[in-house]
Amino acid sequence: MVSKVTKRAIILLCIVAAILIFPLAYYNGKGEAQGYFGGSDDQGPEYIETTGYHPWVQPLWEPPSSEIESLLFALQAAIGAIIIGYVLGYWKCQSNMKRRKEKGEVPQDQLKWE
Amino acid sequence: MHIAEGFLPWYWCVFWYALAIPVIAYGVIQIKKVTEKQPDSKPLLAVAGAFIFILSSLKMPSVTGSCSHPCGNGLGAVLFGPAAVSVLAAIVLVFQALLLAHGGITTLGANDFSMGIVGPVVAWLIWKGARKAGWSPSLGIFLAAVMGDWLTYVTTAIQLSLAFPIPTFGSAFVKFIVIYAYTQVPLAIAEGLLTVVIFEYIMKLRPDILVRLKVLKPEEGKKIAAEAD
Repeated sequence: MVSKVTKRAIILLCIVAAILIFPLAYYNGKGEAQGYFGGSDDQGPEYIETTGYHPWVQPLWEPPSSEIESLLFALQAAIGAIIIGYVLGYWKCQSNMKRRKEKGEVPQDQLKWE
Repeated sequence: MHIAEGFLPWYWCVFWYALAIPVIAYGVIQIKKVTEKQPDSKPLLAVAGAFIFILSSLKMPSVTGSCSHPCGNGLGAVLFGPAAVSVLAAIVLVFQALLLAHGGITTLGANDFSMGIVGPVVAWLIWKGARKAGWSPSLGIFLAAVMGDWLTYVTTAIQLSLAFPIPTFGSAFVKFIVIYAYTQVPLAIAEGLLTVVIFEYIMKLRPDILVRLKVLKPEEGKKIAAEAD
């Protein structure tokens, strides 16, 4: 059975998906070459450089290609996701165990070899 | 909202560091205090940090045709207060500055001031206001997360206009607001919805921790716990 919270979560996540798909559909066919879907974090520095300012320090290390950059961004998201999944899963199991015990069922917390 | 390495004159770097460091220090003390008093809030702190990790790595397309990323700072601000988020945000910003050349060490103070201090303070104030007004926790955290995210980007625009008031602060501000804050509007709404999703799961699974952290009122927590059974 899907809980009330999960039902709401599915609806909210669908709205998030719609918010993100809309610009993709609206600017369909346009890409970075036409100046679309660049990062606002890059546009800021680009504009500042047009005022004649030059950065006075360079990053210590830069990902050598966009492949390496996406690897590290994916790693960052994965670290976050595994922590959230672990903690919420742990709490979920805690409450399941509690409910089983209250009902008098045997908690399935033993290793079973056969 | 990441100001790139070297893109602030040195005196502004010093200025933002000077504002951010005391808050981060206070945040470390606060985190120590709360985790000593409520040891089982440690996993929740990890969740708040992990949420910032995920959201700030997701670069999303916006209706303005450029991409930007949410911050994830509203959740932590509501759960643990703004000072704790300044610490969590600093961890994420160091990771991104060193490994991704995203943001920078010289601009860390400025970036932590926008993402770890102004955004969370705004989120926390809106949460408190919404609760005072008697709105539901879900609506409160939605508004808190939306405004926390958006004000983070407005702060970046202000920081850059202060450093580059060319020709004047006002005209530079208009320029930077267009780049940062317009793009951010739909993404802030997306962040608000994502924050509601995770907050409702936390509320369902461990209302007791939220009550002890004084995020929820005791009667609210007990009502949620009774519904979950």
